[in-house]
Amino acid sequence: MGLEAKLNGDGFFVTKMDALIAWARKNSVYPMPMGISCCAIEMMASADPKYDIARFGSEVMRFTPRQCDLMIVAGTVTYKMSHVVKKIYDQMPDPKWVIAMGACTSTGGMYRSYSVVQGIDQFLPVDVYVAGCPPRPDNLLNALIQIQNKIGRTRARDFQSLKLPELNVIQNN
Amino acid sequence: MELKELISQKLQTNFSDAEFEFSEFRNELNVKFNKKFVNPICKFLREDSELEFLLCEDITAVDWAKRKNRFTVVYHIFSLKHNFRLVLKADVDETDCTIDTVSSVWKTSDWQERECYDMYGIKFNNHPDLRRIYMPEEFEYHPLRKDFPLIGIPGSLSLPKK
Repeated sequence: MGLEAKLNGDGFFVTKMDALIAWARKNSVYPMPMGISCCAIEMMASADPKYDIARFGSEVMRFTPRQCDLMIVAGTVTYKMSHVVKKIYDQMPDPKWVIAMGACTSTGGMYRSYSVVQGIDQFLPVDVYVAGCPPRPDNLLNALIQIQNKIGRTRARDFQSLKLPELNVIQNN
Repeated sequence: MELKELISQKLQTNFSDAEFEFSEFRNELNVKFNKKFVNPICKFLREDSELEFLLCEDITAVDWAKRKNRFTVVYHIFSLKHNFRLVLKADVDETDCTIDTVSSVWKTSDWQERECYDMYGIKFNNHPDLRRIYMPEEFEYHPLRKDFPLIGIPGSLSLPKK
């Protein structure tokens, strides 16, 4: 294996903390499955044994945003739904990334209509867009690899300016 | 007697001044009448023991844009007893964009009328809860009207802050 060869009998090796954290982070991306419509079926397929998203360390799909760092928005986002998506995104801890999966999510797709948001980048910072209607699971895995490369390039100072998002908390008195 | 003849005969004897127009399309009987009579006619069709139109399948509308009576409200009702489908139509003008509710006859028509109100802006008199059903409540337009642009009106629906 790769790591033992690097250790070379000495039992230790020297690296930078930044590189170690980025390496750990990129190989254990926890996705938040924001499955809104048919793209979600392909997203589920990417988790099955044939495509096996576990090979990339992302099999832990958490159904709570508080344990996730990657949001996969899979499906048509309507104006009504956009507030829900944003609310869930705001609950995810920093640092976090977003995949816009499929044509509808990226551009509105075939729904050039009054009720559909023409691209979720109007209200979310999207990192990777996935083409296809719906995209094949391999296409989603490719997007995940792109995200991993992006995470691998991060350093701790990139996140120093992050602040907690302003949540619109409705208080029940 | 054939069922279609029976229906038209019964309706004409019971509602002599409802201005009926009968037509057939693809073997389905279409009945058009004055909108004032919608509630009693529906009640009659449901409760008459020989007809029993117990199921209201859909209520929708047609926007004819430039026609004098701009909208037509369409009711698709079904008789389980006869396995027979009937289409009812009533014209509604834009200046008096109202029609009586039939939610007292078929409970399901409550939401169907709300959808019709949401999409076309036709008000249903005496409806128990006439609110929008799909669009957000603060939305000001009726999207299935012909004068509403397909892509919508920019800024009419809110997006979350970036």
